[in-house]
Amino acid sequence: MNGNTVLGLLFPNMHDDALPEFTRNRAMGSVPFGGRYRLVDFTLSNLVNAGVSKVGVVTKSNYQSMMDHLGSGKAWDLSRKAQGLYFLPPFGASEDQYDGRIAPLAGVRRFLENSRHDYVILSDCHIVGNIDYRRLVEFHVESGADITVACLRGTAPENIASPIITANDKGRITDMIITRRALGEALYGIGLYVVSRTLLMQLVENAVSRNQYSFEWDVLQRHIGDRHLYAYEIPEFTMTISSLAGYFKANMALLDPAVREKLFVANRPIYTKVRDCAPALYGLHAQVADSLVADGCKIDGAVRDSILFRDVHVDRDAVIDHCILMQGSVIGAGSTMEYIITDKNVCIRDRRSLKGCADYPVSVKKGTMV
Amino acid sequence: MFRKQECVAMLLAGGQGSRLYALTTTVAKPAVPYGGKYRIIDFPLSNCVNSGIETVGVLTQYQPLELSDYIGSGEPWDLDRMGAGVHVLPPYQRNKGADWYKGTANAIYQNMVFIERYDPEYVLVLSGDHIYKMDYAKMIAEHKKNNADCTIAVIEVEWEEASRFGILNTHPDNAVYEFEEKPKNPKSNLASMGIYVFNWKKLKEYLTADENDPKSQNDFGKNVLPTMLKAGERMYAYRFEGYWKDVGTIDSLWEANMDLLNPKVPLDLSDDTWRIYSRTPGLPPHSISSTAKVQNSMITEGGDIRGNVDFSVLFAGATIEEGAQIRDSIIMPGVTVKKGAVVQYAIVAENAVIEEDATVGMRPEDMQELDEWGVAVIASGVTVGAGATIPAKAMIDHDVAKEEK
Repeated sequence: MNGNTVLGLLFPNMHDDALPEFTRNRAMGSVPFGGRYRLVDFTLSNLVNAGVSKVGVVTKSNYQSMMDHLGSGKAWDLSRKAQGLYFLPPFGASEDQYDGRIAPLAGVRRFLENSRHDYVILSDCHIVGNIDYRRLVEFHVESGADITVACLRGTAPENIASPIITANDKGRITDMIITRRALGEALYGIGLYVVSRTLLMQLVENAVSRNQYSFEWDVLQRHIGDRHLYAYEIPEFTMTISSLAGYFKANMALLDPAVREKLFVANRPIYTKVRDCAPALYGLHAQVADSLVADGCKIDGAVRDSILFRDVHVDRDAVIDHCILMQGSVIGAGSTMEYIITDKNVCIRDRRSLKGCADYPVSVKKGTMV
Repeated sequence: MFRKQECVAMLLAGGQGSRLYALTTTVAKPAVPYGGKYRIIDFPLSNCVNSGIETVGVLTQYQPLELSDYIGSGEPWDLDRMGAGVHVLPPYQRNKGADWYKGTANAIYQNMVFIERYDPEYVLVLSGDHIYKMDYAKMIAEHKKNNADCTIAVIEVEWEEASRFGILNTHPDNAVYEFEEKPKNPKSNLASMGIYVFNWKKLKEYLTADENDPKSQNDFGKNVLPTMLKAGERMYAYRFEGYWKDVGTIDSLWEANMDLLNPKVPLDLSDDTWRIYSRTPGLPPHSISSTAKVQNSMITEGGDIRGNVDFSVLFAGATIEEGAQIRDSIIMPGVTVKKGAVVQYAIVAENAVIEEDATVGMRPEDMQELDEWGVAVIASGVTVGAGATIPAKAMIDHDVAKEEK
């Protein structure tokens, strides 16, 4: 495959409601993750690393932070003359009609029409993984699939309606139920599909003319019999985010070097916007263990099992344990925090104490002063 | 087309920096890494952009590949501009022959065509040897106010140090009446910072005359500036206050890095109003394991820290294994220090590997002859074998075999 055969189409607003704590002012795709990334970075980097050079970002609402993050696409090498990054905000429909995936797809019909690519990779942006999309597309082509549904094996997330899939030994999907209730170990779709561009336009047009709105129910499920739907089990380490506890767990997973090795692969880098912060500075009283620390941090307290985003300041005698502190958080002297997730620019004054627990981390809203 | 610019900056980046020895065998001095994620040239380039100068010519000559790659389109500094921006200017052939850059003035002379296309009022001449944050716009404003032909930035140095510098003797209004190169008995402690603002029309005349003078070494400090002064041109000193450090020697490069760890030193790289930009590899945040102990240090992205780090500056992608000790040292990008190795008072250049239980450098307090003490340097790509001992002040530019203990 090369840049002319596959087109990328991202849905950063999909599943916003699964993480309301951090999607008040932003799309799921621009939720900060892993110390310096936004969730969209993983999917976008996967596309770029597979040679995709034209990507549409289909936004619905709250996409200001998304636009700010992606900019011209330069950081992903997507600031191109002929192809590159395209923002595709709602068009031809009011916002409440934009539920599901069909209406937005209908809204970007022109974009699909004006592209010459053979295939489209569609992806949601709650996925954290370094997935080799070349292998995914190869599977799609070699299996002769009309639609390939990328899947994980395990317990499907509880907050999201996931397609639970039954497939034969060749991967052909024979049955699919779509549910929000986890049913134990299963093969489930994560909102990552490959489909030919012309077929996609045709399927969308059919669905629109029948006033159908869901890609999963109205396209996938209905066509199990008459189309070739294939399940592709993603071999790479992959996580999805569908709740605050899940967000916390997925971040904490990065503290395991084995997980970092799978996620940050040398020949398939995860790109993100560059901020030009100075390196992190450790003071005379710093005691840091089992943590990830981004540039711009100034640490003079104790930090354990935590993830510090850019420009986080931890003052003397503060104790940070199992926390995720987003960009610009300031923790005052002598404060203690356990199982806390602070959104951007939170300020915890001196000698405060905040505590959550492992299965119930507590979030602090953007810009709060405690 | 090219837009008219009030001021074009010309950055002299061709020097070898031979006093940095093993650190500049394959790169020009301005490309030497500094401060965890920067290179020396990031400072003048960022100063230009922050001062509102949008056209910069970078004059390269010695080992230009890495420097040219690093500058690229100028995008990290916002210098990828239409009809302006940063341009790398190596020496080139003309139909009447070809010359290397013979001296600093000749380098500008050979690129007069580049400057002319922006039709500037002023030309700012910079060097790629110093770490400092400076608003060139203020200097240009003072140049205008003085109705000067040439303004030279100066900094007050300690009197006992003054004989190491080019010294400017000035009247109370900062008008220059004398230059003294490394004077034995200095009359002033105003040292030239190697930063000049010229009226372009005037400079053009003097560069042309200098080129036609067969006796000239074509150097600003030695030839052009004294000639201008003798001819009675209006030359002024611009007093700069703040952090400024020449990083032309191993010791000064080491010190300038250590200055970043000293809160009393007035060089703040986290100041949002005067950011220093750099081209970075875009790695994940660095990790600190449970076996690590990190204090008084600066660490950047991609680091994997499992050992002890104290009073050190670690660049991108440094790997410090469990039980390794890093003290008072500079660990450049991609370096690996293995289990049990000790690195102290040392500069370890890019991608070098310090194998298990090796020792690099010595603490001054452990020396019998303090005169023989100095920072040890491991050149880029070198492997120091397991158990090997590298003494203080050593300059290692080839692999060192392992030693049985």
